[in-house]
Amino acid sequence: MNLDSKIPQGPMAEKWSNYKANQKLVNPANKRKLDIIVVGTGLAGASAAASFGEMGFNVKNFTIQDSPRRAHSIAAQGGINAAKNYPNDGDSVHRLFYDTVKGGDYRAREANVHRLAEVSNDIIDQCVAQGVPFAREYGGLLDNRSFGGAQVSRTFYAKGQTGQQLLIGAYQALMRQVNAGTVDLYTRTEIVDIVMVDGKARGVIARDLVTGEFQRHFGHAVVLATGGYGNAFFLSTNAMGSNGSAAIKAYEKGAAFANPCFAQIHPTCIPVHGEFQSKLTLMSESLRNDGRIWVPKKKEDAEAIRAGKLKPTQIAEENRDYYLERRYPAFGNLVPRDVASRAAKERCDAGFGVGTTGLAVYLDFKSAIERLGEDAIRARYGNLFQMYEKIVDDNPYETPMMIYPAIHYTMGGIWVDYELQTTVPGLFAAGEANFSDHGANRLGASALMQGLADGYFVLPYTIQNYLADDISTPRMTGDEKEFVDAESEAKAKFEKLLAIKGNRSVDSIHKELGLVMWDFVGMARNKEGLEKAIERIAEIKKEFWSNVRIPGSGEGMNVELEKASRLADFITTGDLMARDALHREESCGGHFREEFQTEEGEAMRQDDQFAYAACWEYQGADKAPVMHKEDLTFEVVKVAQRNYK
Amino acid sequence: MENNISLTLKVWRQNGPKDKGRFETYKLDKVSTDSSFLEMMDILNEQLVNEGKEPVAFDHDCREGICGMCSLYINGRPHGPDDDVTTCQLHMRKFKDGETITIEPWRSAGFPVIKDLIVNRNAFDTIIAAGGYTSVSTGGVPDANAIPIPKVDADEAMDAASCIGCGACVATCKNGSAMLFVSAKVSHLALLPQGKVEAARRAKNMVAKMDELGFGNCTNTGACEVECPKGVSISNIARLNREFLKAKLAD
Repeated sequence: MNLDSKIPQGPMAEKWSNYKANQKLVNPANKRKLDIIVVGTGLAGASAAASFGEMGFNVKNFTIQDSPRRAHSIAAQGGINAAKNYPNDGDSVHRLFYDTVKGGDYRAREANVHRLAEVSNDIIDQCVAQGVPFAREYGGLLDNRSFGGAQVSRTFYAKGQTGQQLLIGAYQALMRQVNAGTVDLYTRTEIVDIVMVDGKARGVIARDLVTGEFQRHFGHAVVLATGGYGNAFFLSTNAMGSNGSAAIKAYEKGAAFANPCFAQIHPTCIPVHGEFQSKLTLMSESLRNDGRIWVPKKKEDAEAIRAGKLKPTQIAEENRDYYLERRYPAFGNLVPRDVASRAAKERCDAGFGVGTTGLAVYLDFKSAIERLGEDAIRARYGNLFQMYEKIVDDNPYETPMMIYPAIHYTMGGIWVDYELQTTVPGLFAAGEANFSDHGANRLGASALMQGLADGYFVLPYTIQNYLADDISTPRMTGDEKEFVDAESEAKAKFEKLLAIKGNRSVDSIHKELGLVMWDFVGMARNKEGLEKAIERIAEIKKEFWSNVRIPGSGEGMNVELEKASRLADFITTGDLMARDALHREESCGGHFREEFQTEEGEAMRQDDQFAYAACWEYQGADKAPVMHKEDLTFEVVKVAQRNYK
Repeated sequence: MENNISLTLKVWRQNGPKDKGRFETYKLDKVSTDSSFLEMMDILNEQLVNEGKEPVAFDHDCREGICGMCSLYINGRPHGPDDDVTTCQLHMRKFKDGETITIEPWRSAGFPVIKDLIVNRNAFDTIIAAGGYTSVSTGGVPDANAIPIPKVDADEAMDAASCIGCGACVATCKNGSAMLFVSAKVSHLALLPQGKVEAARRAKNMVAKMDELGFGNCTNTGACEVECPKGVSISNIARLNREFLKAKLAD
């Protein structure tokens, strides 16, 4: 397996400029002859498809939803980082780069992260030109706020709906290209396989989710921007439709899957309420700017609260344990997500948790309301407070919110080189679907930045370097043997699923998988548990392929069939995550191995053994994958234990 | 406080666009009042699958009120009996034990039924494609702080831009008009200097597309504003009319 990262020559700050100065380009007349398939319409997919269309390529863009605007990027609340340094508080490209590598616990590729920080400012300019209504000061200039893992205010935001506004900006740019005829949009259409011709990705097999019909699509290059695989856990903050199937198809065609065990557990989600819960709702990290996290200092108070005999507002100030402020005085409530999540779990495991289940901590706005007034808090977080109240039926202006960590984002993903190309030539991956920029832990407000960086400012350059060698490759019709065979294989898989006619619903098996993932591959992992998880996932796989029940047929819309085909891939993903977590005998970022912690319970990296990206190569349906390493070297950043104290 | 309730559901079932469709009645027991409405639908579907029947098809995705995917006409109201929420944010504590709940798809000429409770809302994308953007391409734009924008304008643009494209406004309108949706986009962009440049052209093109796609006229009943889960105001319609008139006068 060729894991050449293709990092350009030169000093870190000049690599991207050097790359652009020396890369191959495609002239306008040739762009018209080239087709690009973009899968996904989130921030990365929509921005890439729109930009390719503007440049003159022919684009086919696919989404499983009824409209590109539904992509789950829309749910991001807090904001987007950029190194503008408008507040004059000491920010710079270098600092954003440094914070991101450090926040990722030194498991990301420096050159990619530096490029991300470089283009961050262009993103903000682009979005403002599109009419994204970012929050502004009275002077008419853009407002910034601070986020976890940073000591500067570099986060741009649009109320608590930043993801929505950025996605709508990208969606509008995309629809402009649809209108111009450069982008063909396929809604309610799912990619079920990638077509390989002579060792290169040359197209996809798609399934129309309304009619059930299969389609063959050719592209000179294929871009996957299909998001993360957090729904392997069943309960996560991801949307119900979010899935990792396209990434698994790429993996099965030979694309390396990197660092699958790096999943982010977000500290501030609304706690689980019952067995029929379908998803978990995130409360933006921005709330930690003004909210203070605590649990009772005395166990008996926590017990009384759990029994419904005591209210949080009745606990006196001196009997509250603001444990983040206590443990991490320098960053306090704004420590990175992995640190905040583990600290919440530690308190709850020790018996200080609140809520009926004991799996919750408080996020309290009392002192912020006293300091700034209720109106100021309403202006900042009004829609989040309303959302909380609708779900929990509690008024967070009067009583503290209850929160608990939940699976939120996956840093791992398809391995890509500096050009965002996978190990399969012609197959690219962008946004959350790739593994590139966040290492073992992503900082808040960096996902939106990465998605748009990849789509607006990286792929439009790097894909040309690939396509420049393809200008004489004629379009294929889709009737070639490779396309016909790929379609037959995909059809056969769906028929196999329908033929099982077992006794269990898709969801019941998915929930079983989710529990195994949460118990053994969740916030704290150990060797014994991970070995058990691999065993249990194999059993679930067997159960699925022999006992799943899918009513209806393959003709017309069949939601259970869609879910079943995605679950088959989540089972593969779950197995990969567990194997990766088992092999990585260290704690770093979102990956916490109980065997590797300091006396104070902090994560202990093993840099001498694990300073690499673990890249898994598919070997066949019932064979264990093989791991390859991309060694990480750090030229600029000084590798140290992360310290937020 | 959490309770369990029993329900009778009258659910619209329709196999495809050409099927006539009918109501089917289902009984559900022990639904937690802390469940969301769509979790209740999950429970129903789990029950149907276990009985070997086809589950009810309905649109949903983020389940936190922002993607605009969920729809449903519940007891005669889009997004159900609670105010300022989407169906996915509606919780069962808003219903009584023993209640009968009628669940239908959006019913509007502009949104044909695909299956059961799922409708086709592609018309909204087509209207946006007709002009709901600023005509700038990637790169070569000025610095984000080059043009100061008064905070009140930015805030007002944000309020208009909070539309999630769910279609409740069309579904509730007796004329099947898409004016609230169109006006929200026209307002959002017209309020900002970046979008002002093409405001008149945008209004004209989007309104023409809306008419072409068979949406009805606005007669100012205000029902759309009441049912909008994001509280988008009908004052946007007044702004659209101004922009539209300006465009027509300039012709």
